[in-house]
Amino acid sequence: MAEMTYLQAISDALRTEMRRDKRVFLMGEDVGVYGGAFKVSLGFQEEFGPWRVLDAPLAETAIVGGCTGAAIMGMRPVAEMQFADFISCAWDQLVTIAAKQRWRANTPVPMVIRLPSGGGFSGGPFHSQNPESSFAHIPGLKCVCPATPEDAKGLLISAIEDPNPVLFFEHKHLYRRIKAEVPEERYTTPIGKARLHREGDDLSVITWGAMVHTAGEAAQKLEAEGVSVEIVDLRTVMPWDRQAVLESVRKTSKVLVLHEDTRTGGFGAEIAATIAEEAFEDLDAPVKRIAAPDTPVPFSPPLEKAFIPQVDDVVAGLRELAEY
Amino acid sequence: MATETAVDVVMPQMGVSVSEGTITRWLKQEGEQVEADEPLLEISTDKVDTEVPSPASGTLTQILVQEGATVDVGTKLAQIGGSAAGGEPAPEESPQEPATAQAAAESAQASSAESATPTAERVEEAHQAPAQASETSEPSGNGKAFVSPVVARIASEHGVDPSSLDGSGKGGRVTKKDILAFVEGGGAEQEAAPAAPAEPQQPPEPAAPQQQAPAQAQAQQQQQQPAAAAPPPQASGVLDQAGETLPGETVEPMTAMRRGIAEHMRRSLDTAAHVTSAIEVDMSRIVAVRAKLKKEYQAAYGVNPTYLAFVAKATVETLRDYPYVNAELRGDSIVTRSFVNIGFAVELQDGKGLIVPVVRNAETMNLLGLAKGIADIAAKARNKQLVPDDVQGGTFTITNPGGYGTFHGTPVISQPQSAILGTYALVKRPWVTQDELGNDVIAIRPIMNITLTYDHRLVDGAYAGRFLKALRERLEGWEGDGG
Repeated sequence: MAEMTYLQAISDALRTEMRRDKRVFLMGEDVGVYGGAFKVSLGFQEEFGPWRVLDAPLAETAIVGGCTGAAIMGMRPVAEMQFADFISCAWDQLVTIAAKQRWRANTPVPMVIRLPSGGGFSGGPFHSQNPESSFAHIPGLKCVCPATPEDAKGLLISAIEDPNPVLFFEHKHLYRRIKAEVPEERYTTPIGKARLHREGDDLSVITWGAMVHTAGEAAQKLEAEGVSVEIVDLRTVMPWDRQAVLESVRKTSKVLVLHEDTRTGGFGAEIAATIAEEAFEDLDAPVKRIAAPDTPVPFSPPLEKAFIPQVDDVVAGLRELAEY
Repeated sequence: MATETAVDVVMPQMGVSVSEGTITRWLKQEGEQVEADEPLLEISTDKVDTEVPSPASGTLTQILVQEGATVDVGTKLAQIGGSAAGGEPAPEESPQEPATAQAAAESAQASSAESATPTAERVEEAHQAPAQASETSEPSGNGKAFVSPVVARIASEHGVDPSSLDGSGKGGRVTKKDILAFVEGGGAEQEAAPAAPAEPQQPPEPAAPQQQAPAQAQAQQQQQQPAAAAPPPQASGVLDQAGETLPGETVEPMTAMRRGIAEHMRRSLDTAAHVTSAIEVDMSRIVAVRAKLKKEYQAAYGVNPTYLAFVAKATVETLRDYPYVNAELRGDSIVTRSFVNIGFAVELQDGKGLIVPVVRNAETMNLLGLAKGIADIAAKARNKQLVPDDVQGGTFTITNPGGYGTFHGTPVISQPQSAILGTYALVKRPWVTQDELGNDVIAIRPIMNITLTYDHRLVDGAYAGRFLKALRERLEGWEGDGG
């Protein structure tokens, strides 16, 4: 075990797979000489050479299109969008080609796209989004959203191994703020399995990504008030672990679905609908959602704080559920 | 009635835009008698100054807001009737008055309807004063009458009337915790205890007056119906509410599945004349054939040809010659079939119950098909993926407790079938047989006990015996690979 930040765990996973498998290569804007905008691939070009750590032009379409082609030909490309927000430029290659190739032609597309996502540092509307729900809606794509360094490493290795296009949403706000023990050896964390972040009896919070930590702080405050909160970290939103969610719902009967993405059509809606369909007779309160309002992410720090769900918002929501 | 029931005096709404008022003078003092509509106090708002008439006749028991104070519209100013402490009369009346629970519900609803934004204080007051507040009797949408889905389910499983419980939720709503605490505590310490023992004896009676009450929502009717429709379990004595617990005892609510099993087991024993016959089968040939097939089936189809599959195959063939074993008594008629829908008892995890999914038209399947059918349906059962069709329409059942080493048992027939086959542990035993010269020798043979438990109303003992003999001959003389 070694203590690693969330960011170091991602680098470690990439390095592990590149050393193990010559088919794995990186492509993205500034990932080579500069080591990546967030320094995830710092030193990679020195170790693996310029042909395995490719600096791409400012053209997300070309990056995703190139990686799709390489994957179809048997390589294991890992693309980096400098910010998750920019993936909209590559929508056509990703959604029209990569996601559907297996259905059209029975050829696997073992590609990973790393998406530094999320807000909390006044990045504004083009550098702060959490677009996972848009892609969870596209059949053929997998969406992974780790919350801890250990899961970031294990899930990235699973994503690289996976024969499908996998979108790896790594939360920028966690990069250097979250530090934990991570096994040094290679391991995989299964895609589609949730993790019980905290066990509790009275209320369930279903969440993922950075919100797992927000929920954790809120749960501590509620504990002081005698309310026991369970937190289910989905880890991957597509496929998502319905069973784990329904088990928690059946236990507590009161649920808060929490995410940083905007509310309408957010993935929380899918979860809430599934709970209503499959666990209706276990509910003791309406399923509650806390999410960002339906606007672009604001630049202004106070506005951004009002936009992204904060610990106090979650505490208020949990209290309301507890009292219901 | 005038002085027995507490009535709240609240700050009236003196105009659409008026949100607060100041008390300028109390015209009556605590302890004085007032008549309904007699001036009680004077108030001043930014629109008007006026007298407030008393909402009821009785003693002015309590003045809560003094002269000179400014309070929001809807704030409770005083109480007429009841006792000074505010909440005492209700619990005293509760056991005697049949309509008390309903009155309390109305009051809780009325209190929360007084103002759009009740403060914490006022909610507390609402709990303390369960009175007939006649001027604000409209029920709100929430509160005590609302029964959440999980509370409705638990209530119907245990035959509890949630409206008889004290709720700790918003507006006095009965929460899951409240009803579980009531059920687990046997209802003994609860205020509503008198209602609980009365219910099992006469289920429809408490239901009727409540269904007529206008304040009771539809939700209650839904919850009443299962309770009223549950006399058979009560008659059988299996599902009485848990009584008082002794130290060291743990009480858990019965799941719907356990309730279903309990009811079915009792009904089956009350219906069929159960008789069990057993036979010993030398499985040498099956063991040999299985060893040969196992690899092939695993490799080619990913299916394990279990002993159960062999027994099932032989049973299905034998049933063709013994139609009454695969039959049903339906009214005054005997129904036999040209098909076999064979149920397999599958245990769920941790003793949480048992379910009997059905492999349909087993007579059309060879050994491979049956082995696969059994494996598929057992997996579906364990993963909770069964649909209603998967557990209906069985004509015969096989139960297989032999995995645990048991060598005999007397299972209960799954109604309305006429028989159930039990298969037990395959054990190597010294067995008297004959060598090629016809001399008796003792050999080591894998022996399986098989039982047939049958409904003696329809199946005679000799008939059952012949069925078992034919089944044994089929298994001992197994021909070919997969049938």
